[in-house]
Amino acid sequence: MSILVNQDTRLVVQGVTGREGQFHTLRNRAYGTNVVAGVTPGKAGQDVDGIPVFNTVRDAVEATGANTSMIFVPPRFAPDAIYESLGAGIDLTIAITEGIPAHEMMRIYTHLRRGDQQLLGPNCPGAISPGKATVGIMPTDVFAPGRVGIISRSGTLTYQISKEIGDLGIGQSTVVGIGGDAIVGSSFIDILQKFEDDPETDLVVMVGEIGGDEEEKAGAFISANMTTPVVGYIAGFQAPAGKQMGHAGAIITGSSGTAQGKKDALEAMGVEVGTNPTEVAQIVSRRLG
Amino acid sequence: MDLFEYQGKQLFATYGLAVPSGEVADTPEQARAAAEAIGGTVVVKAQVQVGGRGKAGGIKLAATPDEAAAEAEVILGMDIKGHTVKRVWIEAASDIKKEYYASVTFDRSAKKPLVMLSAMGGMDIEAVATEHPEALARLHVDPLIGLQPHDARWLVYHAGIDEAAQKGVLDALTKAYEAFIGLEATLIEINPLIWTADDRVVALDAKVSIDNNALYRHPDLAALTESVTDDPQERMAHERGVTYVKLDGDIGIMGNGAGIVMSSLDVVALAGGRPANFLDAGGGSDAQAVATALEVLLSDPKVKSLMINIFGGITRCDEVANGLLTALGTLGATLPIVVRLDGTAAEAGRAIIAERAPANVVVEPTMLAAAQRAVELAKEAA
Repeated sequence: MSILVNQDTRLVVQGVTGREGQFHTLRNRAYGTNVVAGVTPGKAGQDVDGIPVFNTVRDAVEATGANTSMIFVPPRFAPDAIYESLGAGIDLTIAITEGIPAHEMMRIYTHLRRGDQQLLGPNCPGAISPGKATVGIMPTDVFAPGRVGIISRSGTLTYQISKEIGDLGIGQSTVVGIGGDAIVGSSFIDILQKFEDDPETDLVVMVGEIGGDEEEKAGAFISANMTTPVVGYIAGFQAPAGKQMGHAGAIITGSSGTAQGKKDALEAMGVEVGTNPTEVAQIVSRRLG
Repeated sequence: MDLFEYQGKQLFATYGLAVPSGEVADTPEQARAAAEAIGGTVVVKAQVQVGGRGKAGGIKLAATPDEAAAEAEVILGMDIKGHTVKRVWIEAASDIKKEYYASVTFDRSAKKPLVMLSAMGGMDIEAVATEHPEALARLHVDPLIGLQPHDARWLVYHAGIDEAAQKGVLDALTKAYEAFIGLEATLIEINPLIWTADDRVVALDAKVSIDNNALYRHPDLAALTESVTDDPQERMAHERGVTYVKLDGDIGIMGNGAGIVMSSLDVVALAGGRPANFLDAGGGSDAQAVATALEVLLSDPKVKSLMINIFGGITRCDEVANGLLTALGTLGATLPIVVRLDGTAAEAGRAIIAERAPANVVVEPTMLAAAQRAVELAKEAA
């Protein structure tokens, strides 16, 4: 097992003919992901290295049975692309695009939560179930099949921690980037629940950072609902208040959203938190025994 | 992006939200002219993006244009909590009957706009929320429906707004919400929103923050960013499209990705050092991005050593190494530089540095080791 992406994934890529879209689509396919279609308005009938291109997501779904969409379109077109994917009945939409305005995301999130479809991102690196499928921009060499689930707001930190646990001989069931924006479609809690339900995930690493209160909410959820152990990491102890640290969502507002506050909240709920990526890997190794 | 009070007030006016008539002034002479044009008693207000201006002496009443010029003379150039006053806002003094509080914020936890209203204005709203929670009416708005009249009425009744001011406050709330949506703000805060002796409701202060991700479709607001920073590195980084935040230490840091850079700062601090900055050269850092980032870091005279932390994913470490060497050749930096390369083509990258880099560039195998080395070298150089 694994979560979100696997052998059953039938991927359509929105923005498939763009430079980045094409590059990553072909990488995803080379890894083994079943890429069934691409969408670029006005380019129906073309193909990208054999992948058929359609004008609309609905057309792509009707023709190919796509169930997962990856979005590679620029910020100004991305909200429309997300609504289009949801409207076409896609189960899982993965928005890689960085820079979607927060007001757009408030509306998208409200719409999304009225149904039961899922959105990962925006501003996320995607998801990979090593050995099965990858959807997104993650460097696949860093990962190996195994039984640890990883959830993160940061791409590079995910790679760093996966590499460190890999050096200790530990692989991953699924690695999920939920995205670095202030509002993202899936929270830590949404993904933690999926790992809890996955019989092939023995432990989960949750990689948080400054800003918002999703780590704190996750701490309460873990304490109340999870039997699968969770190890935490929080980045941004040195971040000053009021400054955006790269990610749109990585900002301390007033006194809320600090790394120390998140670490304390997680520890109060019994979640062990490593102080740096190397220590996180050591904790994972010890906890797995 | 945070706006200055005067910018917020000028924007409020375009949404029909009442503000005192006013003008900006950069010199005492301009302040005198503004006071003359406005007429009567004016208030001279320091324009800085920090709270506590009044207590610091940055807000003064002036009965005549000469007094306005004299007050501006004192306030311009004043240091308020590390912010130098470069501009004052001169506005007509208001006859205040009562001070209220109104705000519309982007509530990231609820993922909806949050409208707050209180009859206890003019003070720290966090204190009101803690000490008199019943005095602060709070309402989340469905962003697909917007603030409806009944929402605004609910707020006005529950905040205990005085009857004679209710209509004016309803109108102000509605317009504040329109401004929040129209400007794609993350914060519209009016503290105080005043009820005047002649029964008008007027925004006496304006705190406005705009979502950076939305600036591309608000070119008029994007143009306001010129006033945001005085820091030479932040300005340089902004001009070159590099994500940079100045900190107060002496170890310059760059990496490829927000998470790994935040983590690098933490690891440097754990190793006993103090980071000089946050710099994310981007997930797809190529040679050019590395060169640009390096240029920004090296322009900071406080920096004693550098830590470059790259995890190659799509980025190839050999390209990063080549970019680094090229940039060093051009910039001719002599301070110690500690490089950690991992991930895609890391071996090749390390080999390039080992063979061709000048002696001030050293390679460490892990993030922890690189941080420790950068801290040691900064101490030696200090």
